[in-house]
Amino acid sequence: MADAFIASLCERIKDHAARKAPLRIRGGGTKDFYGAAREGETLDVSPYSGIVAYEPKELVVTVRAGTPLSELEAELASQRQMLAFEPPHFGAGATIGGTVACAFSGPRRPYAGSLRDFVLGTRIVNGKGEDLSFGGRVIKNVAGYDVSRLMAGALGTLGVITEISFKVLPRPAFEATLVFDLEEESATRQVNLWAGQPLPLSATAWQDGQLRVRLSGAPTAIAAAKAKMGGQEIDAADYWNALREQRLPFFAQPGVLWRLSLPQTAPRVETPKAQLVEWGGGLRWTPGPVNTLDLRSSVERLGGHATIFRGGDGADVFHPLRPALAKIHKRLKVAFDPAGILNPGRMYEF
Amino acid sequence: MGVVAEASLRSRVLERLRAIRPPPVIIADEEGLRPFETDAFIQHRATPMLAVLPESEDQVRAVVIACRDLGLPVVSRGAGTGISGGAIPHPEGVLLVVSKMKRVISIDALARTAKVEPGVRNLQVSELAAPHGLFYAPDPSSQSICSIGGNVAENAGGVHCLKYGLTTHNILAVRAIDGDGDAIEAGGPALDAAGFDVLALLTGSEGNLGVITQVTVKLLALPERVETVLAVFPTVRDAAEAVSEIIGAGIIPAALEMMDRIVIEACEKFLAMGFPAGAEALLLAEVDGGNEETLAELAAVREVLARCGATQVRVAADDVERERLWKSRKGAFPALATMLPDYYAMDGTIPRRCLPDVLDRVYALAAEYGMVIANVFHAGDGNIHPCIFYDSNKPGELERAEELGGRILEICVEVGGTITGEHGVGIEKLRQMCVQFRPGELGAFHDVKRAFDPDGILNPGKAVPTLKRCSEWGGTHVRGGKIPRPEIPRF
Repeated sequence: MADAFIASLCERIKDHAARKAPLRIRGGGTKDFYGAAREGETLDVSPYSGIVAYEPKELVVTVRAGTPLSELEAELASQRQMLAFEPPHFGAGATIGGTVACAFSGPRRPYAGSLRDFVLGTRIVNGKGEDLSFGGRVIKNVAGYDVSRLMAGALGTLGVITEISFKVLPRPAFEATLVFDLEEESATRQVNLWAGQPLPLSATAWQDGQLRVRLSGAPTAIAAAKAKMGGQEIDAADYWNALREQRLPFFAQPGVLWRLSLPQTAPRVETPKAQLVEWGGGLRWTPGPVNTLDLRSSVERLGGHATIFRGGDGADVFHPLRPALAKIHKRLKVAFDPAGILNPGRMYEF
Repeated sequence: MGVVAEASLRSRVLERLRAIRPPPVIIADEEGLRPFETDAFIQHRATPMLAVLPESEDQVRAVVIACRDLGLPVVSRGAGTGISGGAIPHPEGVLLVVSKMKRVISIDALARTAKVEPGVRNLQVSELAAPHGLFYAPDPSSQSICSIGGNVAENAGGVHCLKYGLTTHNILAVRAIDGDGDAIEAGGPALDAAGFDVLALLTGSEGNLGVITQVTVKLLALPERVETVLAVFPTVRDAAEAVSEIIGAGIIPAALEMMDRIVIEACEKFLAMGFPAGAEALLLAEVDGGNEETLAELAAVREVLARCGATQVRVAADDVERERLWKSRKGAFPALATMLPDYYAMDGTIPRRCLPDVLDRVYALAAEYGMVIANVFHAGDGNIHPCIFYDSNKPGELERAEELGGRILEICVEVGGTITGEHGVGIEKLRQMCVQFRPGELGAFHDVKRAFDPDGILNPGKAVPTLKRCSEWGGTHVRGGKIPRPEIPRF
């Protein structure tokens, strides 16, 4: 069955390439909101589902792209392991393939690593209909260019992801949340000071004068960290999940939601509406409307980039690339998808 | 190329390079070029047409553009500690040596980043970060002399990769000059960047996609406590089981190194470590982090080691003892090398569960070839470094060592692993690349290269074989007395 699916996928892509007929790659359809224009016949990857191999003691799992994220997470949880980048689902049907294509990481990202950090290998079908495997199922591997990580966040524009191997990590034994009353800039500074010490931080969030900090690890380590950091302990397991899935009331505001990726210690960027700040200052959300050019230029001056995450009209979704980098992007697109049929326009104009 | 044409090309190159303002150091005489003939992969050497030592990104750009215009290969080189031949010069090309680009541009303690030029030494970054309570995690064995630019080009690892990752996990941004002579900035000071993950492609590209001119690395909090344990096991299988059980217990040690009986014998003979008779495997585990977390992990590790049949367990009481325990890992090879002067260090990675079987096959091969193979592993991540000992004075022995090494790498691929965990392909493992990848993947690699370097001037002939050149191969050879830089720790 598996081989037949890949073979038919290759045939279909070859056929579309010959006709220059676009394909719109789709898994669970939970991230349709993300990215720019989408056109073409739907290519449904969700039937290609299931865990191919899972070796808990190797810390490695290989999974087909159509596998529901919830199914994979449940299997890992049964062995007290996890995807350490804590990916958001944004809906019940989220697949691991779509998650990789979007490179979404959640609250644990600044302290554990991003999605791409945990990708060990990918199997793809490129725009020429070739079934290719990059990377592998081992943790250390420097043979060949790192094409598997390139697939993370490429929104399917370079290839249809069919299988992914991840490094997984043990679930922390224990978690606790501390809350502090702090204004934004003091909160950001404090969180970064803590991050420079061997403290078991695993997530931070600031909103409306309140900083929440999640700690993960051995109970003794958390107790010692609490004594050092102060603050007030609260029960916040639901909060972190709601933050990860953007189910907090902050995210229910109408209109455009902007995602500002900034250096963690960057000063406050002025926006018309209030911000929610995650990732120790590295990720800041704000509802629109804003002046796109002004916001992007102030974010860029600080070394960051700004994305229209949700609610836009599909134009100007991603931060424009500088010319030299844009040149590389266009050439990579042509290299992997010469007919330009894989999710054309979903990311940039190509 | 004819002698006259070559001389004329050489004078045109010199003319172009001498016109660069301010002028970079240019080395054109044979005597001056000799130190650059090879990197730490000493089996192969070549004299470049010229070597240029730029001091700035502008000069790098000017050199690359000149070479592009004249169709000349450009090989970039950092400290020359690579052991797969990635920085061996092209005889008809320019060697771009970045050793003069060694400014530390900034260290930002609050942001936990350091921005450095490519010639800055790996260890220097950690030394400069230490007063802020921070360090740079990747620690290849040559860290006291290897440079950050080369680390990025090779995606360097070290003994702490299971917990802290490779270079690719520990950098935020890279500036590089591509084959067109354009400056590209991949990544950035934020936690992610817009567009494709070009940073991932550049990392480990072995000088094929760009000349690295600046790197922003992440710094981590120095651990508050480090605990080091050495355990002796009666069989490799027991030791491998202990590794699995430690990880199964939810512990990610900072280091988890395994050594086999050849190493143990050398330890006994030369270092008098006092291991019990019949020991077949040593396991060196290090846990680090906050005080309480580390103590909790140490207790769990000790419990697992006892349960898995360790016949001796030693916990370092202080740094002096820690150093002594690490000697079993780092001191055995110089000791072995006094008996057999030449060794060839391999660098495969295998799924850890295959370790005992792969080791049996390695021993069987050693017996078949009548050669000694000592094995050290980064056991946590399955990265194995079998070292084949041979005597280059015996005719044909080097070639047999190379053949044996190739067969070991092919076993690594066969069990689902890879031919190189951290040393890179360079020119050494071109042939095994053809074992690991099919023509489709190799074609995709060439396509990626063309996106960065349409004229193919950057380090041509390295890292990715043309299908035609699959018969070419070599080895990481350390030849007694003949090595240009025998002091470089190699694995």
